[in-house]
Amino acid sequence: MSTSTLLETRDLGCIRNDRQLFEHLEFALEAGEMLVVEGPNGCGKTSLLRILTGLRLADKGDILWRGEPIDRLAGDYYEQVNYVGHHDGIKHELSCLENLRLARAMGVPSQRDLDDVLEQVNLYAYGESVVGSLSAGQKRRLALARLLATDSLLWILDEPFTSLDKASMEMFAALFEQHLQREGVIVVTSHHDISLPTLAIQRLNLGQPA
Amino acid sequence: MFLWFHKLGSPPHFYRIAGKWIPWLSWIFLALLLAGLYGGLILAPPDYQQGESYRIIFVHVPAAWMSLFVYVVMAFCGIVIIVWRMKLAEVVLISSAPIGASFTFLALVTGSLWGKPMWGTYWVWDARLTSELILLFLYLGVIGLHNAIEDKRIAARAVAILALVGVVNIPIIHYSVEWWHSLHQGASLSKFDKPSMPPSMYVPILIMALAFQFYYALALFHKCRAELLQRERNSKWVEEL
Amino acid sequence: MSNRLSLGQAFIFLLRRDMLLALRNRAEYAMPLLFFVLVITMFPLALGAQPELLARIAPGIIWVAALLAAMLSLDSIFRSDFDDGSLEQILLSAHPVAILVLAKVCAHWLVTGLPLLIVAPLLAEMLGMSTAAQPTLLLTILIGTPILSLIGAIGVALTVGLRKGGIILSLLVLPLYVPVLIFAASAIDNAAMGFEVSAQIYMLLAFLLLSVSLSPWATAAALRMSAS
Repeated sequence: MSTSTLLETRDLGCIRNDRQLFEHLEFALEAGEMLVVEGPNGCGKTSLLRILTGLRLADKGDILWRGEPIDRLAGDYYEQVNYVGHHDGIKHELSCLENLRLARAMGVPSQRDLDDVLEQVNLYAYGESVVGSLSAGQKRRLALARLLATDSLLWILDEPFTSLDKASMEMFAALFEQHLQREGVIVVTSHHDISLPTLAIQRLNLGQPA
Repeated sequence: MFLWFHKLGSPPHFYRIAGKWIPWLSWIFLALLLAGLYGGLILAPPDYQQGESYRIIFVHVPAAWMSLFVYVVMAFCGIVIIVWRMKLAEVVLISSAPIGASFTFLALVTGSLWGKPMWGTYWVWDARLTSELILLFLYLGVIGLHNAIEDKRIAARAVAILALVGVVNIPIIHYSVEWWHSLHQGASLSKFDKPSMPPSMYVPILIMALAFQFYYALALFHKCRAELLQRERNSKWVEEL
Repeated sequence: MSNRLSLGQAFIFLLRRDMLLALRNRAEYAMPLLFFVLVITMFPLALGAQPELLARIAPGIIWVAALLAAMLSLDSIFRSDFDDGSLEQILLSAHPVAILVLAKVCAHWLVTGLPLLIVAPLLAEMLGMSTAAQPTLLLTILIGTPILSLIGAIGVALTVGLRKGGIILSLLVLPLYVPVLIFAASAIDNAAMGFEVSAQIYMLLAFLLLSVSLSPWATAAALRMSAS
């Protein structure tokens, strides 16, 4: 194991409803690398991502963060993780700023000003608006804005580009690139092609659903 | 010791061992049951107050004991599930719930049958009967929750948490109900707090309790084997059977 | 190295956020209170308006209604967070989940339990409960309703992932409410008859301490289960 390996899995296996989704899964991500998880619907992409966050327990195997099992690290690991799943995880009754403040309270706040964060995802004008009034794409942008509002090395993103337009997709691709340059790690599933200039992309194909 | 534990925990191994034990358990259970019933129904003298009708306690008391015992077993499995995530414990917990519920139900039915000649009615809000009734609800909750969750491994974890919460609460509920009863009814005659029960009565009760223990083991093994086959139907060892 | 919030700050933050959400969903959160009043109104209609009878059973009626109202409100502790994915974010927080759970339960109690304190005396008066019993009534509600929220949270956490969680929730939770019901109703009864009530109150306090210290952990474990 090289010293800069951040996230690593050993013999990972997942069973859902009596069905083996994947087994003997192994990969290692070094600082500045991105893992793109591919495969058809129902092959366990989301399950894998949720196992990596620690939300779901692996049925077999270990996940190591800097060489330590994540279940032992608990809070110290979660502090490093930022997860954007299928659901946006934002409250519709609160404003954009209130949502981001909550995200900061739960995680580790970044140095960025929240107004700048909103500016960056093109939601500056909506800072005080209630999220319920935003469009699906705007909500998705707000969910992804959590990545900037908090400081974490590992981004785990499940279909981050759902309902985003082309311009937004490019904007976030650029943000991913920046994160990788700052020695971060990204694990992502996406049906959209993610074209980054970086070469540090690993691809993992989970294969056919049974 | 740990190795043995670990080995027993593997489903195919347990399946075989349980299969071997079942005939033995059946014979022991049958022998104990006959001995207990003979002692209780024929050898034991009639009660000087209650006559013959007291004899239902030879079923009622062991059933009531078992209803608590099974819950404690479930809670123990709950700890094993949460700490070690052992598959066999999941199966034992789930298989125990309906058996425990049946014991509880049996205790309730025999209790109220006993109540008819005693109190002239099938149901009084007696402390023990009320506790048993609430215990039955707790069992039904466990069964209901397990049925409601599709993924059986997740369901087992849910039920494990519930069983642990339940086991903390059972004594509290029990003593609350007892206290509530003493408050509202004054010191009513309680069924089984006889100052001194002659050996001819309590020995059959103990034998019956032992018989029920074996019955529990027997029913548990049967149910566990069925549950294991169901769960592991895709695995190699089941196909080889 | 990190500049994350202290646990206390995070607790307060989440509590305030839930209160704010409740404020913006006022109508929804007023329902359990309204339900509480409605249930109690049904009793005189069913039993006939006999003052002695109503006064006699008033403590029981009020507490059973409080239990039912709590059942009705429980789902809101985690339901919306589960549906919109906020729950995942809470579980992935760097803070201990049990403490965050406690914050949410506190908010739930402040929104649904505390208001009972305001309407209960009114209803007690309508049922003809003796004035001597009313301070005790308030005391039992003050101590008892947080227990309902704490225990209920475990049940909700276990069932929040289910489509028909509501039906099974009552089966899981109501039996666990029995001790609170017994001691609270009996305390009020005793007070109405002019007896000492400290034993019951101490028991309720003991239940409260026990559930504050144990229930958040069970709830956190159950939420992790439901989220996976």
